[in-house]
Amino acid sequence: MNLSRIFNLYRTMEKENILLSFKGMVTGDLLTSVLQIMESKMTYLQETPRMKKKVFNVLVECLQNLYHHIEEEKQNRNLEAKSALFVIVKEDQNFFIRTGNFIDLKSANELKGRLDIINAMNKEELKLHYQEALSSGTLSDKGTAGLGMIDIARKSGNKLEYEFLPINDDFQFFCLNVKID
Amino acid sequence: MENLHLEGSAKTPSVKFDGNSGVLELKGRSIPENSVEFYKPLNDWIDTYGQTPSNNTTVDIKLEYFNTSSSKCILDMFKKLESINGKGTDVAVNWYFEEDDEDMEEAGEDYQAIIGLPFKMIEVEEI
Repeated sequence: MNLSRIFNLYRTMEKENILLSFKGMVTGDLLTSVLQIMESKMTYLQETPRMKKKVFNVLVECLQNLYHHIEEEKQNRNLEAKSALFVIVKEDQNFFIRTGNFIDLKSANELKGRLDIINAMNKEELKLHYQEALSSGTLSDKGTAGLGMIDIARKSGNKLEYEFLPINDDFQFFCLNVKID
Repeated sequence: MENLHLEGSAKTPSVKFDGNSGVLELKGRSIPENSVEFYKPLNDWIDTYGQTPSNNTTVDIKLEYFNTSSSKCILDMFKKLESINGKGTDVAVNWYFEEDDEDMEEAGEDYQAIIGLPFKMIEVEEI
């Protein structure tokens, strides 16, 4: 192996302002560790309590989305379907939480519909949308409530930037970029 | 009846439900991947408590963080409390939030909009 690739990887991560990144299976234990690491990093970076809370909240929802998605794919024999990516970035004074995961076409269409509805709403509309989803929806067996994306949009205060990349006939790759400022 | 006391963990809040005083406290963070499992015994306890409640029931919610999975379970808990309100007990909710934590304040307002219980919003320096 050309060992300078390690240095190149380091340079890339530095250039992209990456605080933390992970690719692979997202488990409950992993989330506990990542959240702990991010809490100490934010204390070290002397972020305001407001920023710390926002980043933590958005991170919890983004990572638990990945976790539940992967749980659904547990029986899937395609290993890639169980793998996800997340990257936490600090650029200037803003934080970015970026995630990527494989998703089947049907779920992708359903998710796209929900994201477009959320992105078309202002702060007040999002609040009502959340209250409606909270009071009318029921919890799935896994404990998901379909509230995650609405909550991410509310707490970040920004539009959810997303894209579905075509992979093959069965799967797309879902990219999400959430800005917290 | 027996009190319900649970220690907090990295992902679950501490629980102090006292049947005699009627003070029910949730404190810390509630961010488990699957919250149904965690909240089941709490809701079961409230069911039993509702049969012989204290004259006044005070619900102290002192949460630093909670995820959307928990938000649904917390709503179900409030619904249970709403259903026993006026039946031998007066239920009141104290919703604590830290200074400048608009999100937690708004979360309290969300429940206030949905649930027919008196809510008191209490701003504190640190939870």
